[in-house]
Amino acid sequence: MIDIDVQKNLGSFRIDAKVATDTNGVIALFGRSGSGKTSLVNMIAGLTRPDSGRIVIGNEPLFDNARGIDVAPEHRRLGYVFQEDRLFPHMSVIANLHYGAPRGAAGRQFNRIVDLLGIRHLLKRRPTTLSGGEKQRVAIGRALLADPRLILMDEPLASLDSARKDEILPFIEELSSELGMPIIYVSHTMDEIIRLADTLVLMSDGRIEALGTVEALTSRLDLRPMTGRYEAGSVLHATIAHHNIEQGLTYLSFNNNTFKVPLLELPRGRELRIRIRARDVSIALTAPQDISILNVFPGTITEIDEDASLQVDVLIDIGVPIWARISRHSLSMLDLHPGKKTYVLIKAIAINRYSLGGLTRSGMSTND
Amino acid sequence: MLGLTEYEISALFLSLKVAVFSVFVCLPFGLAAAWLLARVEFFGKVVIDALFHLPLVVPPVVVGYLLLVLFGRSGPLGTWLFEQFGISITFTWKGAAIAAAVTAFPLMVRAMRLSLENVDHRLESAARTLGASRLRVFYTITLPLMAPGILVGVILAFARALGEFGATITFVSNIPGETQTLPLALYSLAQTPDGETGAMRLALISIIVALIALIISEWLAKRIDRRHGANR
Repeated sequence: MIDIDVQKNLGSFRIDAKVATDTNGVIALFGRSGSGKTSLVNMIAGLTRPDSGRIVIGNEPLFDNARGIDVAPEHRRLGYVFQEDRLFPHMSVIANLHYGAPRGAAGRQFNRIVDLLGIRHLLKRRPTTLSGGEKQRVAIGRALLADPRLILMDEPLASLDSARKDEILPFIEELSSELGMPIIYVSHTMDEIIRLADTLVLMSDGRIEALGTVEALTSRLDLRPMTGRYEAGSVLHATIAHHNIEQGLTYLSFNNNTFKVPLLELPRGRELRIRIRARDVSIALTAPQDISILNVFPGTITEIDEDASLQVDVLIDIGVPIWARISRHSLSMLDLHPGKKTYVLIKAIAINRYSLGGLTRSGMSTND
Repeated sequence: MLGLTEYEISALFLSLKVAVFSVFVCLPFGLAAAWLLARVEFFGKVVIDALFHLPLVVPPVVVGYLLLVLFGRSGPLGTWLFEQFGISITFTWKGAAIAAAVTAFPLMVRAMRLSLENVDHRLESAARTLGASRLRVFYTITLPLMAPGILVGVILAFARALGEFGATITFVSNIPGETQTLPLALYSLAQTPDGETGAMRLALISIIVALIALIISEWLAKRIDRRHGANR
């Protein structure tokens, strides 16, 4: 359980954040830079003291202004993976990993984490000799080995290029599924959040604007200014129905519908989230024939986001809400308006492994 | 020993004793002063900062005179020391060490303060989140990361203490075997007719001692660098 209600003035900027959730797994804290995400996480970790309010993690109050509680950071048992690796330069990798480990910590846990993160060959090296991705993996391992009850990650991938990000994202996914570690994950990149998070917390100007599932929040028009226009898209919750090796396709079922995507190396029955970007979705008024696009669904327009730009986002209900981005010209040519019946077209190859997420949660449910 | 006369050996060993002792006296105070200036915000910090630096800019003779006033047998500190512990430091090597420590103090504080300001505070926060208390953070993170600055401070203070002249001669006079360090011995010989050869020999000894200190510090600095992984 996480129950946070804190206030702090930082010069002219004010943090006034309320979040309460019972969710385990990965909670994403999303917002533009300067929205107060890092400040909030620092308050949770105990590195910054709120002016007032309370912070409860699990059942333990870590900060409660009214009751005079302010647990020191070293006693909060919260792991913190920072934007920069913050490895201790004067210690070897193994000494860094052991720094926070409780005395006599089980060697099995150490071996498990070292193997999970693939850093066994780095143990004797100095942090300065590691690549960015390696450093961040060691930093994650160090935080884990301190035996935290929850891990805070403040844009741990922000300083890495996309190849290094791909090197680390799977590890973070596994932390939650393999070790059952709850994570608060700060990011301003929607791709990462779709892939990792179950619950999304939107933050803006020091305030929490919304809390909900990733699927629900990304389809809400009123949150579009925060979730971002370029990043616009919808999130589909689906299950792997079967694979067709000959066609090279995987069939996913959602809401009594079938969604075809390029072959995925995942077992049948696995639940996942698919991110469908609005610009990969087209609209037709009649069911198209003789067409290469494999995914065609009938639906009804529910909302149109006519921003000032030349592009328009249309929300179509096909059992689940799907955003389509079309030109303003197409909008008027097809005479689209809420209530109109249309067909939604989604190219199968628009979906790749970067569009997939939620493997974490499904991994946990298969363990049950 | 090494063809040195007894006079030279006595001056050399006294100098080393005084310098080493003064550096050890300086270390804890220097560290505390560096911490105060680098990490603590308080009213009147500018004044304290200036006070710490005073021995660097005031003529050494003034420092020696003030020490004499303070620690002399009739001075407030001198009386107290003698009554409480029966210690008199005027005209002894201990007094010479104190004079050297006072004049070396600002150099040590400067070096340590600079290195402390360069210690990344974020590493210390990270250590706290890993369960380390403030004290453990200081011993395991702050102090090791300050090591190069501490080393520089020690070498500077040591060199300054070896070369101390004005404050020493004013405070504890120029007594062979007790307070006559290398510079004082050299000064005495230079004042003596036919003393040139002896003075030159002492000058050479001073240079050699300084060189050895520099070489040791370089070697230590390299070792620390390697520990910090900067060479790879």
